[in-house]
Amino acid sequence: MFTAERRRLRKPLLGAAALVSAGVLVLAGCSGGGGGNNGGGGEDPATLEFLKNAENTTTQPVLDALAAGACETQNEAMPLEVNSIPQAELDAQVQLLATQDGLPPMFSAGGNPAEGAKLWEAGYLLDFDEALTELGVRDKVAEGAVSTIEKLYGGAFNFLPFQYNIEGIFYNKTVFEENGWEVPETWDDLLTVAAEAQDAGLTPFAASGEQGWPLTRLVSGYLFRSLGPDALQKVADGDAKLTDPEYVEAAAAIADLGEKGYFGSNVASLDYDAASNEFLTGKAAMIYMGSWLLGNINGDGNQIGADNVGFFKFPAVDGGAGSIDEYPSNVGLPATFGAKTYTEGVGEWLKCITANYGNEALKQGQITGFIADEPVDLPPISQTIADEIATATDSVLWFEALFNAKASNISSTNAALLVTGQITPEEFMTLVQDALDEG
Amino acid sequence: MKSVLGDRKAIMLLLTPALLVYTLIILIPVLWSFGLTFFTGNVLTGFEFNGIENFTRLLTDPYVHDAFWFTLKYAVIVTLFQVVLGYGLAMLYQFVLRRSSVIVRTLVFFPVVLPTVAIAILYQKLFQSAPTDGLVNELLVNVGLSSVDWLGAGDTAFIVIVIMDVWRSVGFYGVLIFSGLLDIPEDIIESARIDGAKTFSLFRYIVLPMSLPILFASFIFSINGTIKVFDSVFALTGGGPGNSTTPLTLYMYRTAFQFSDFGYGSTIALLLTVMCLIVTLFIFKSSRRDNTV
Repeated sequence: MFTAERRRLRKPLLGAAALVSAGVLVLAGCSGGGGGNNGGGGEDPATLEFLKNAENTTTQPVLDALAAGACETQNEAMPLEVNSIPQAELDAQVQLLATQDGLPPMFSAGGNPAEGAKLWEAGYLLDFDEALTELGVRDKVAEGAVSTIEKLYGGAFNFLPFQYNIEGIFYNKTVFEENGWEVPETWDDLLTVAAEAQDAGLTPFAASGEQGWPLTRLVSGYLFRSLGPDALQKVADGDAKLTDPEYVEAAAAIADLGEKGYFGSNVASLDYDAASNEFLTGKAAMIYMGSWLLGNINGDGNQIGADNVGFFKFPAVDGGAGSIDEYPSNVGLPATFGAKTYTEGVGEWLKCITANYGNEALKQGQITGFIADEPVDLPPISQTIADEIATATDSVLWFEALFNAKASNISSTNAALLVTGQITPEEFMTLVQDALDEG
Repeated sequence: MKSVLGDRKAIMLLLTPALLVYTLIILIPVLWSFGLTFFTGNVLTGFEFNGIENFTRLLTDPYVHDAFWFTLKYAVIVTLFQVVLGYGLAMLYQFVLRRSSVIVRTLVFFPVVLPTVAIAILYQKLFQSAPTDGLVNELLVNVGLSSVDWLGAGDTAFIVIVIMDVWRSVGFYGVLIFSGLLDIPEDIIESARIDGAKTFSLFRYIVLPMSLPILFASFIFSINGTIKVFDSVFALTGGGPGNSTTPLTLYMYRTAFQFSDFGYGSTIALLLTVMCLIVTLFIFKSSRRDNTV
């Protein structure tokens, strides 16, 4: 009986096993490769697919203009195809595609620079130093931008500077003139102006605590001025800790601004747009921001007028080792090219983009890390920023630039607690340092 | 029919497609995820076996502790509100409003069908304090109180999350429990009334015992749903400020997908699974004990 039953069961069981195996194979076939006509796994791509973060709205208009103009020939041979996904999902998506040999020819990556550096180390990215030299357009990329990329992404020129921003403090010129305030050159000058701005009924600094990074940028600004441009590199190298007294002092200086109410009463829940609007509607005297704010400053929403906006560098800290001429700079969330999908056709596109992106972007009011050699009339504040970039002697990064993803997240999400007194400067720096120590 | 269901071959043949799908999309990923708990790394850098390190890390990780207590606090409070208010609504529908309850039921149920993100944006605006006051702060200011930065501190943000999630889900529990109350035979209630049972004793000795099965089901639904809360918190506060409103699900998501630590993320997921299992077993056990009394 037992034997008979077992015999009866064997065939269906074998059938079921075969079905499971077939299913697994089908799924495995679906999940691997990717490729398709966009050339995963080293195939020749039929289109120049560009996978980008949805939040980036500046790159596509320039690429579209190039596809319709200077790069029309390349576009006919290999049409540009832009796909967007939310920035929060980008790192995970790119990692997944990389391991499936499904990376498109061109993609944004490195929402956290440490993740971009990992892609480089694993051999997924094109070496632009080599490729652009071969294509004869290496001189079309600004050295300052290349230097920033090298500092961020593992020491190589492996991303393209579709954006190039410097950071500093934008201020309301009329308010400054009416109150007789000079542009601050030292931290103490800045505190004096902030106190008088508060007395005048203004929010001294518009800042988004919801985003967090506009506040931590102030911590790193203070660190670069007090300890020098290598302050955060030392932390990344393990030669210093954020919990060292001189580092905690920087966090305490920014916490002090919050304690005095210089960010306004609701900084913790103020979002980026609301903070920008606070400045652009004349309610705030100053805002720390990057040159990407130029779009808003030159836009229709600016109620104080573009001519009324000035810009000054993060002030010096008395006795500090840093120089006021060292600008915090960044390249936004830049795009790169896949090493395995780099074919002759993709090379033609890369050559055309590199040669023409700077001029086309400038026509659209964007300052990038590509050389723009055609004269364009810029609004005054944009010209000021362009001049500052041209005369900058050195650049520094920002607070989270060299952090791992977890430390970066903890830094941004706890910044509001720091300036509202919900955690102490020591606690803030300890939280971030602990995340760094986890590796 | 009997001969088909008595035939093992036929049983296997009928079960195989469902079993295959279940195995491929549930069982294998679950086992895969469990296997990942013994590894560290990610798809780019590769995975490395690290034994039970993820589990020891789980015990000492302050972020897990905070997320665990937040999840537990949230689950208990929201479940109580959801089920108790839902029960109250169901009683209102069944014994007070009766046939005219349709409009009220529809209105109270309406938030259930709204997208969570839309509700979160609505509540952000309601409790806004910057750059302009929302409706709640306007009311506070109008009665002489000062404006509160509700989402700027952990305690007040928690209150907003609870209010929002109870508001958006209580209609579901109202209807769910109402469907249970409909099963109580009218003649039993009438008999009790004739025997002199007043409102409270009618509730205590007839309605409550007879609605216990649906109440237990509601508790299981609610506690499992609230332990796994993610979308509403993510959309309303993003887990902040700091990590003060970060539930385990959000910490798991960040660990695995933002910090690229899939092994530890899977370990946090396992903790969540165990929590859901314990709570469900506990409620089932309580339910069985009650039925045997």
